[in-house]
Amino acid sequence: MSNQRGIGEVRPERARFDAPLPLASGGTLPGFELIYETYGKLNTAASNAILICHALSGHHHVAGHYADDPGNVGWWDNMIGPGRPIDTDRFFVVGVNNLGGCHGSTGPASINPATGKAWGADFPVVTVTDWVNAQARLADRLGISRWAATVGGSLGGMQAMQWAMQFPERVRHALAIAAAPNLTAENIAFNEVARQAILTDAEYQAGRRPVTGLRLARMLGHITYLSDDQMAEKFGRKRRADAGCYGFGVEFEVESYLNYQGDKFAEWFDADTYLRMTKALDYFDPAGECGGNLQAALARARARFLVISFSTDWRFSPARSREIVDALVHNGQDVAYAEIKSVHGHDSFLMQDAHYHAIVRAYLDGVSP
Amino acid sequence: MTDFALTRPDFDVIAGWVQPGERVLDLGCGDGSLLKRLIETRGVLGWGVEIDDARVLAAIRNGINVIQGDLEGGLKDFEDGAFQHVILSQTLQAMRHTEDIVNEMLRVGREAVVSFPNFGYWKHRQAILNGRMPVSESLPHQWYNSPNLRFFTIADFDAFCAERGIVVRERKVFDEGREIAEEHNFLGSTAVYRLGRPRAPR
Repeated sequence: MSNQRGIGEVRPERARFDAPLPLASGGTLPGFELIYETYGKLNTAASNAILICHALSGHHHVAGHYADDPGNVGWWDNMIGPGRPIDTDRFFVVGVNNLGGCHGSTGPASINPATGKAWGADFPVVTVTDWVNAQARLADRLGISRWAATVGGSLGGMQAMQWAMQFPERVRHALAIAAAPNLTAENIAFNEVARQAILTDAEYQAGRRPVTGLRLARMLGHITYLSDDQMAEKFGRKRRADAGCYGFGVEFEVESYLNYQGDKFAEWFDADTYLRMTKALDYFDPAGECGGNLQAALARARARFLVISFSTDWRFSPARSREIVDALVHNGQDVAYAEIKSVHGHDSFLMQDAHYHAIVRAYLDGVSP
Repeated sequence: MTDFALTRPDFDVIAGWVQPGERVLDLGCGDGSLLKRLIETRGVLGWGVEIDDARVLAAIRNGINVIQGDLEGGLKDFEDGAFQHVILSQTLQAMRHTEDIVNEMLRVGREAVVSFPNFGYWKHRQAILNGRMPVSESLPHQWYNSPNLRFFTIADFDAFCAERGIVVRERKVFDEGREIAEEHNFLGSTAVYRLGRPRAPR
């Protein structure tokens, strides 16, 4: 790590928006709240702001830690901070929890003003375009008319792209990392199994926390975020020392790992949020709005693009990133593309990797604050 | 490789062959020096392809539209006629799929620009006569560490183009930075070609 000190103590902030938000689904959200964090200083021209878009289970706590919870370090802390690739000495960085999330922005756990009770399963299905519309209001509130860059990995990378297409004049650079122009059928299939795990859980149907469903959803998801090579290296066929035999207890190390991940996730993640986040992924398809023509969809953007993929990412494969790159080249738009060699599969975008970080740093060095 | 690249005489020639506003694709673009120069001095719109991690990083540092990819797999991700010029500078001799890449360049580009070291250069012939593989400014490696896979002369490349119906629109040949007027295959150490397909009869 090039800089050990990191951003230090951070604190979340809230912004309340009272005007109703029309949604892609046709519905309307009667006002909403976004929870966000900011790092670094917004310059007087308000031209050095970078928006960080989070992935499926991510949130606004992107870097640093809380004074009362020093162990709670932001999910992209290795990327963001003073002297780090996304350098908070140069840029004003904003992390925000998406609408429908379960980390403080208005979502299924929030109170529905019409009933006085939590929205729960009645919370509307929201899309990436809805998120961008909601975040545009936050940008207005913060005095940011144009982002120096929108940045994200996975679903966050899709959102970073969506920003550039939806508000062309408000994005100078878009960094789409481990992203895709849309989900493949296989990808939607994985999401559907995850949703079915939750939806068919009797606890969920009874209006309670579907621990079993959430566990299964996360275990399945987790498999797809890793690579075969990495699992072979990390677990292989290793067994736990205390494992029994010829039964169905947790015996192989990989089983133990997956169960742990499932348990941990099921403790805190909101099932209704999970259903909506996966659905937002499934619906994301900017080309679909242009008759299936990705080139036409991206042609709206005025941003320069950095597209990054990872060699062992089979959920959002390098070939999918190349589709984005090829459409941009077709349009004569500016794009740089790096395919990073990594063993960590889809999760690579979260990892500390010298070359990957050097690419992001080099690109942002060329972005004027 | 940057310093070497910037002094290559073929850069000036290529700069003279492209027009402002053109779309240019530079294959094996390295750190993007050539593209950067073409963008800055000729106002082209440029993209580069490079396979090597360190060079991709250097090109991004140079603000170049670099796309990481392997030329040996062809240019299947690029559309027919997407570029006015497709450049392959001092790289053809290091490629395995020689025919494929030349065909691909002429598919995605209206013209292909190819430069390579001339194995028929008199100093190289002299080295062979003396019983040793040539080592020179244009062929700087020893036989055991050379990245080059193909050893061919200007006459060989002319025949290669003629056999495939590829039109040589222009050819410039250099030695020690100076253009060679005659006896290209004997006196020239590097050659730069501007290639095209025969224009369809009207």
